[in-house]
Amino acid sequence: MALRATRDNLATVSEPATTGATPSSASPLLDIRNVAKSFGKNVVLRNISLQVAEGEFLTILGESGSGKTTLLRIIAGFEAASSGEILMGGERLDRLPPYQRRVNTVFQHYALFPHLTVAENVGYGLRVAKLPPQEIATRVEQALDMVKMTAYSAVKPAKISGGQQQRIALARALVNRPRLLLLDEPLSALDANLRRQMQVELKSLQREVGISFVFVTHDQEEAMVMSDRIALLRMGELEQVASPREIYNRPASAYTAQFIGHTNLLSGEVKDGVAHCQSLSWRTGLRDGPGLFSLRPENIRLATGVSTGAAVRFRAKILRQAFHGATELLQVECADGLLLSIRAASRDNWSGDVDLEFSSADAVPVRASEIQQPQGKD
Amino acid sequence: MFSRAYRAAITVPPLVWVAVFLLLPYALLFCYSFWSVSSSQEIVHSWTLDNYRQLLRVNVYWQTLLRSMWIAARVTIFSLLLGYPLAYYLSFCAGKRKDLLYQLVIIPLWVSYLVRAYAWKTILGSDGVLNTLLQYVHLTSHPLDFLLYSPFAVVLTLTHIYTPFTFLPIYAALEHIPRNLVEASHDLGASPFQTFWRVIFPLSIPGVLAGATFAFVLSLGDFLAPLLLGGPSGIMISNIVVSLFGAAYNWPLGAAISFCMLALVLALLSLSESLEKKWSFR
Repeated sequence: MALRATRDNLATVSEPATTGATPSSASPLLDIRNVAKSFGKNVVLRNISLQVAEGEFLTILGESGSGKTTLLRIIAGFEAASSGEILMGGERLDRLPPYQRRVNTVFQHYALFPHLTVAENVGYGLRVAKLPPQEIATRVEQALDMVKMTAYSAVKPAKISGGQQQRIALARALVNRPRLLLLDEPLSALDANLRRQMQVELKSLQREVGISFVFVTHDQEEAMVMSDRIALLRMGELEQVASPREIYNRPASAYTAQFIGHTNLLSGEVKDGVAHCQSLSWRTGLRDGPGLFSLRPENIRLATGVSTGAAVRFRAKILRQAFHGATELLQVECADGLLLSIRAASRDNWSGDVDLEFSSADAVPVRASEIQQPQGKD
Repeated sequence: MFSRAYRAAITVPPLVWVAVFLLLPYALLFCYSFWSVSSSQEIVHSWTLDNYRQLLRVNVYWQTLLRSMWIAARVTIFSLLLGYPLAYYLSFCAGKRKDLLYQLVIIPLWVSYLVRAYAWKTILGSDGVLNTLLQYVHLTSHPLDFLLYSPFAVVLTLTHIYTPFTFLPIYAALEHIPRNLVEASHDLGASPFQTFWRVIFPLSIPGVLAGATFAFVLSLGDFLAPLLLGGPSGIMISNIVVSLFGAAYNWPLGAAISFCMLALVLALLSLSESLEKKWSFR
């Protein structure tokens, strides 16, 4: 059931895909400049500036109410920004009605036309563009072939499963050869196994067709697997925009560190290049004053052998363990009462006192995040 | 799930009701349509098809039936032409005014039919509001007499009365169209005009069919509007049935005509139901 696309059956006008994690230095395909949006008194987006490169897979990640869907709808043209502008290929995009934008959307609930067959759904954009019937037929066939749904071309959408509807929605959008494809949580309605499979397929499809994807999701794991870059949105503001590895290894804020993956937040005091948090202390580049650090559970390991000095070593008591398959998440308590989560290899019964250590470099200084206010509307 | 007694207790009363007040009278009427009236004005209980033959032979009956259908057809078309745009506007464009406008459409349904029919009489009459106005602005020197007591007046009144009946099912159908389908259509490059004809209208067809059936069936059987505003040229089939059951005292013939209408209406209902099924996708 693999999605398959080649440059032949889905010719595009876009440049070859950039495989790097960072956008190319050339002018971006999509340029969002200082976009803000409010519904009445409810401010949904504040001062969003974001670029999408040609051929890039960008994920807008955020919890519900963060404004991610609103941002996508502004790019698609279903909502108008309250201020700011959006450019595509150097030209104003935000002044065009949605039907004149070379942007297509895969909707969260697919939004297939119930009165049209699968093939008619896929050919819809080509028919309204008044292309010659022969060309429409060829392109629809190729698009259906790409998502392996040729056998269902004469069936109405109500007769096919969610995963199949998802493929049709994808084919219906891509057949128009958009410059940019928007995907609004397209995998959220699928069950876990199918979702994981689709993540991989969607990513490889995107590589092959070379079209820029802007993918909206609340699932941080999904974002990590698929994206070239992740734009983390929180309460209408961009928290951090970076590649998955960078955003995981070098989170800029406490919120990012906690939202993406699991972390220990250590709040300490920095003095003369050394951070102190209760009985623990480690070297840091931060200036003197209060400091907040993120320390991933997997970066704390069982200490073996003699202390080298490069690692921070301490003793802690194991309180409880949670089985996660290949690993266990252990809750430990240091002598001074500091609670930490650590990730360790799976073992039946973790208990007692253990010697632990971590490298100073793994305690990443992060910006403090103010406490989350009541959420607005997504 | 439920006990037998409970099921009996809730199913028997409606069944009895339907049997006593619907099936029994219809059966009786059906029998009447095969009986006849003697010269001494008594019902003769011997079976005959004369009533149905008479219906076909006497011009005034089938011509009136045809005219009634023609009037009903015009009422249907006009109320669709008024009801659809209204429903579309309310569903897609009205925004916050939606509820208020909806109420405004519904309120006339609470006003007595008679009041509305008489209202048209005062508007259309020879010294009515419309004629007075036309003379006042010198568009005409004497009252226009085709306004009242004509098929025109009947069509106008029935259109006024039955437009809410076409509006409601169309509005319901439009409200049920997921808005993301409209967005998907725009997203795929269709202009608002294309979106209407390719997505919105096809998905609203069940509502249109239901509304058209309401307007046609209700106005086909109407007798008050033609009685009050129709005049001799605006007579409809129900007026004939009324007079056959009343002054003419020919219940058998009246019953025969009623049954022809009933058959016509049932045929229409089943046709519209099968069409609606064909056009519904959820």
